[in-house]
Amino acid sequence: MNKILFSSLSKKFVMALAGLFLLLFLPLHLVINLMLLKSDPVPFNRAAHFMATFPVIKIIEIVLLFTILVHITWGIFLQIQNWLARPIGYAGGNKSETSFFSRFMIWTGASVLTFLVLHFFNFYFIKLGFVPGNPEDFYSVAHRLFKIPAYNYIYLICFALLGLHLFHAFSSAFQTLGLNHRKWTPVVNVVAWIYAIAIPAGFAFISLTLWLFR
Amino acid sequence: MNLTLKIWRQKNAGAKGNFATYRMEDVSPKMSFLEMLDALNKKLVEEDKDPVAFDHDCREGICGSCGMYINGHPHGPVPAVTTCLLSMRYFSDGDTICVEPWRAKPFPVIKDLIVDRSAFDKIQIAGGYISVNAGAAPEANSIPAQKKNSDTAFDSSICIGCGACVAACKNASAMLFVSAKISQFALLPQGRIEAKDRVRAMVEMMDELGFGNCSNTGACEAECPKEIKLTNIARLNREYYKAY
Repeated sequence: MNKILFSSLSKKFVMALAGLFLLLFLPLHLVINLMLLKSDPVPFNRAAHFMATFPVIKIIEIVLLFTILVHITWGIFLQIQNWLARPIGYAGGNKSETSFFSRFMIWTGASVLTFLVLHFFNFYFIKLGFVPGNPEDFYSVAHRLFKIPAYNYIYLICFALLGLHLFHAFSSAFQTLGLNHRKWTPVVNVVAWIYAIAIPAGFAFISLTLWLFR
Repeated sequence: MNLTLKIWRQKNAGAKGNFATYRMEDVSPKMSFLEMLDALNKKLVEEDKDPVAFDHDCREGICGSCGMYINGHPHGPVPAVTTCLLSMRYFSDGDTICVEPWRAKPFPVIKDLIVDRSAFDKIQIAGGYISVNAGAAPEANSIPAQKKNSDTAFDSSICIGCGACVAACKNASAMLFVSAKISQFALLPQGRIEAKDRVRAMVEMMDELGFGNCSNTGACEAECPKEIKLTNIARLNREYYKAY
């Protein structure tokens, strides 16, 4: 049983599934965040309240946290295995033609993790009661944060790096799951590019609008 | 043309290696890379020095012996050729050429540019076969196979097991090799009988030997001298999941 669960292919399978699940969550988060652009705080706070209290969402939240944890843990574990597989590097460098962003997945992933920790402290831990704040008014919390230039710099950099992570992650997940098709794989690749640009751009748009124009 | 060669020299598996620099003069562009190394070794022997050890056999691109890492590429910078078929005309007068052995934990250096690639043999022994009674060759058309599948199986079967995929991969992953060996059987009716056991055993052996994991970077496909496709890796993934 251990051989199945911990084989290289199984670990990649779990990584890919977890990654795709996280990809489903991001557009939902973006839609809710777009409500921050309204001058009325009620719609955003109502949506945040719904996300925090609706029983089905609470279950999905647990699955989501578990998925994040699995994706990060397996990602680090696989990377360590990869480093160990080549203890001595090439003096002449590696000039092979590769998918560019695939080379930096661990680093772009690490930057997303850094942002996630910051994000948890700013919002999620307030909801859980670990950090003082009003969980019923995340609208004000978000608006306050987006007025801090340093927060916006970190936010924009992290979302740019998330975009680079997604460029490779989206189509790579399909390949790992064995979902390769002569006709559909090019379509998946195009959708991956659109997704990797549109989602981070959406979050960046909110940050820039609230920072510079409100 | 005149060239400067920076070649990895290592006395044996346990020794600490380093780069040695050699000047080669009047290298003919008509030479192959291995012929150029032969000329260097002739010179070294005449000077009573230890010649550079490198693997070679058929010198026609089908045995997979002559793997070496040249200027940042397995088998050199020209796509779809093995080192033995790499012509010196692709280099220019005054070039410095860096030559290294494959670098991967499962491929330890034996001497200079020679690595131990028996890890690939172990993966093959684990499951890269079909069980048939030995004897006279069976009638080819007694088991029908789709033309499309047999063509794809053939394309996978031309993998020569040189190890360039492992050498090129930033993770030293052997997935392209294993996937080619799985695909050549998985696509044909004769190979379906032991398909589940085969994929489980070969992946298990690959992991045990310490190869890295596939990140789908595509470096293996780009550097494979036999142009084995990444679609084989997707097929390997499918075959593995189906086996459980």
